[in-house]
Amino acid sequence: MEEDNLNEMKEMILKYVIKEYIDDDDTTITYETPLISSGYVDSFSMVSLLVFLENKFKIKIPPSKATPEAFDSVNNIVALVNQYLNK
Amino acid sequence: MYNQYQDYLRSQIHEIKEAGLYKNERVIVSPQGAEITLNTGQTVLNFCANNYLGLSSNARLVQAAKNALETHGYGMSSVRFICGTGDLHKELEQKLADFFGTEDTILYAACFDANGGVFEPLLTSEDAIISDSLNHASIIDGVRLCKAQRYRYENADMEDLETQLQLSQEQRFRLIVTDGVFSMDGNVAPLDRIYELANKYNAMVMVDESHSAGVVGETGRGVTELHNLRGKIEIITGTLGKAFGGAIGGFTTGKKEIIEMLRQRSRPYLFSNSIPPLVAAAGIKMVEMMTETNELQDKLHHNTRYFMDKMLKAGFDIKPTQSAICAVMLYDAKLSQEMAAKLLNEGIYVTGFYFPVVPKDKARIRVQLSAAHETEHLDKAIAAFIKVGKDLGVLNIIK
Amino acid sequence: MSYSEKTKNLYLSQLTDIRNAGIFKEERFIHSSQAADIEVEFPSGSDLKRVINMCSNNYLGLSSHPEVIRAAHDGLESRGYGMSSVRFICGTQDLHRELENKVTEFLGTEDTILFPSCMDANAGVFEAILTSEDIMISDRLVHASIIDGMRLCSAQHDTFKHSSMEHLEEKLLLHSDKRLKLVITDGVFSMDGDTARLDEMVKLCEKYDALLLVDDSHASGFIGKTGRGTHELCNVMGKIDIITTTFGKALGGASGGCVSGRKEIVEMCRQKARPYLFSNTIAPVIVSGVLKVFDILSASTERRDKLERNAAFWRKGLTDAGFILKEGNTPIVPVMLFNAKLSQDFSKDLYNEGIYAIGFFFPVVPNGQARIRTQISAGHEMHHLETALEKFIKVGKKQGILGLTKEQIIEKFGL
Ligand SMILES: Cc1ncc(COP(=O)(O)O)c(C=O)c1O
Ligand SMILES: Cc1ncc(COP(=O)(O)O)c(C=O)c1O
Repeated sequence: MEEDNLNEMKEMILKYVIKEYIDDDDTTITYETPLISSGYVDSFSMVSLLVFLENKFKIKIPPSKATPEAFDSVNNIVALVNQYLNK
Repeated sequence: MYNQYQDYLRSQIHEIKEAGLYKNERVIVSPQGAEITLNTGQTVLNFCANNYLGLSSNARLVQAAKNALETHGYGMSSVRFICGTGDLHKELEQKLADFFGTEDTILYAACFDANGGVFEPLLTSEDAIISDSLNHASIIDGVRLCKAQRYRYENADMEDLETQLQLSQEQRFRLIVTDGVFSMDGNVAPLDRIYELANKYNAMVMVDESHSAGVVGETGRGVTELHNLRGKIEIITGTLGKAFGGAIGGFTTGKKEIIEMLRQRSRPYLFSNSIPPLVAAAGIKMVEMMTETNELQDKLHHNTRYFMDKMLKAGFDIKPTQSAICAVMLYDAKLSQEMAAKLLNEGIYVTGFYFPVVPKDKARIRVQLSAAHETEHLDKAIAAFIKVGKDLGVLNIIK
Repeated sequence: MSYSEKTKNLYLSQLTDIRNAGIFKEERFIHSSQAADIEVEFPSGSDLKRVINMCSNNYLGLSSHPEVIRAAHDGLESRGYGMSSVRFICGTQDLHRELENKVTEFLGTEDTILFPSCMDANAGVFEAILTSEDIMISDRLVHASIIDGMRLCSAQHDTFKHSSMEHLEEKLLLHSDKRLKLVITDGVFSMDGDTARLDEMVKLCEKYDALLLVDDSHASGFIGKTGRGTHELCNVMGKIDIITTTFGKALGGASGGCVSGRKEIVEMCRQKARPYLFSNTIAPVIVSGVLKVFDILSASTERRDKLERNAAFWRKGLTDAGFILKEGNTPIVPVMLFNAKLSQDFSKDLYNEGIYAIGFFFPVVPNGQARIRTQISAGHEMHHLETALEKFIKVGKKQGILGLTKEQIIEKFGL
């Protein structure tokens, strides 16, 4: 995928994560911030993220791949999405 | 919204009734004991309580509870680690560890919670839980809340257990989990052989002594006593809600580090009240009583043998048992209900169990003996069983 | 033998990690009844110390009320100690039915089913009434026991931002295709002391055809004009489909919980909820105590009124002294310290001054939001509150945080 597209995608996912999960202005989230292991996103709330990714990128992520590890940072999520985009 | 859901629920409830599985409760207006009074006014002999040692309304336990009400009040209004730990909790934990010959104990609001909260803090997805197929619902729920890989073996089937142990060798840790006594058949888990296999295949063992503590073994220390494994089993869970007084409460007792880990991480312990002080006080008294003399244990064992002998002689088909549970096999579901109803008319309160609680065509009446039963109670029950058994033609017939 | 050194060491090293992270939980042993003044052994083995308790859920001061204790005595006399059975075999006494009816009447619902604890009520209710075709939509700050209940249920789940009605509405829309939608919230949130916006939630549930479950463990008995709970406060009595609550806090504090609500839902729980079917229910002695609690509460609102006055006094005192509090109008008053270590030091200093209050930090509360959670009781007399306030101010001065803003505290102590 082209560099620009990749960055755009990263940005889009980061925006969504901040809008959906972060209430507090003090918190800064980067591409690397651990989301689940540091408690910003709990495993129940991952559902919304999954639905967002599937709708936005027109992909289907099998439940077995939607693990807390795969969702633990924006970078990880981008890697996951790419696996299914390229298929 | 609710209207639509209401219709759905009504149809569900209707289905449960149609299937004959609707549970109705009998209301008791007296204390629990060998003789109880129902709200119909009828007084009956109770043969279906887990009141194995007859402690449910024991005067000394009641007195211990009353004393604690005076010294420690009624409730703690807090979880353990905020301000819900009393000196009595600590004392009972120690007493239970001494009783079972273990290193430390952690109390819970119920054994349901002990089993619900034991697996998740100890095991991860790298580990394996190898569970008997007839284990109690609370163990099943605990396992469901844990990420460990699940293996299941047929009830007390050691060949199958060995196979599952072999299959799970890839995993980091293995934990074999079994009930001490299986509550529907009354059979005792073959813990000696489980222990051998655990050693051979490098696994830990957990046993739920809910129906065996106070009952099995010469002094009622449970299945670990029967099989000479005192102090050798990593994890024991049990309840204060059956032989041990019958009120509420559960515990996990075992290796020190395991118990310490549970205190840090076990969710029902961290997020729910413990037992109230008066229950802890009665628990302490219960352990003292069982240590002072072996009277209650002896009487229960005597009663069980007495009842079994007479029932077998009378021609009933009874599952072999080493516990105080005696399964009178009738095989047919309808027959089990009919027999229980007729026995109630004779003043004997027992419960008939059928599918799905027991396997299809394995319907039965479960009789539970108690140290509270006197010989005349037993004789009366046996006579009633024989009378009703004759009426229904179930004596001396082969399945 | 099979408990190898390897296993043991694994657990030991995890325990060391917990200690090193400063989040090892130490228990304090209480030798007296639960009350405003208690006698505590801490650390284990030390002499007893008399302290003012500012962190129990004994909101109404009924945990060692003489009438409740007397009722428990009477219960022991007339009903014995234990039932040694689950409900549907031979573990139901008329007292259990009586308590179920009392709760129904008190909460203004249709029917009630008792559980050994509210943890078990929450663990059992979802699986009993929902299937994989349904969805549970929960506030992100609901209690751990609700989370475990949802984990045991095959229905799908999603969450909405804490108390955000916009976000809840989005989620209701997003999941409009599901057969049943169940919205789930605590009535009062235990760490922050804020109350759910039940009036708005009821409207949304009506609009989007959803059911509503409220865990009122930190509200039953004292929130609302007559203490019925959050639904009374929000004027939606009779409109909540399911209420779960505990007898282990304000309502005597011993143990026990329940699910109360629509008749058919309760009936379904009786048939299917696993902790109900497979575990003993509340012991008769405890039931006798709770019955008395309801008598006391139905006779007068004196205790909840006093609690309200106490909480207002306490809130104002701390605010005037320059502490930062979480907004709210419940007896849960969190004093914000932000830094985890500061919250631990503060709690220790208070204890040395004879005040018992616990510091909470991540993961119990979000990172950087460490606090001392104080909980006010109708068992507190003015002199308890005055002493506690004085000691809070003393420790606040010692730590140099009075009058500081959040930013200043963070600057001084770090996050
Ligand atoms: C909101 C909430 N629900 C449930 C519970 C558990 O109550 P119980 O002690 O009856 O299990 C608690 C107690 O911590 C709670 O705060
Ligand atoms: C084997 C077993 N474990 C656990 C339990 C639950 O015990 P409690 O009533 O303490 O939750 C039972 C009771 O039915 C049981 O039979």
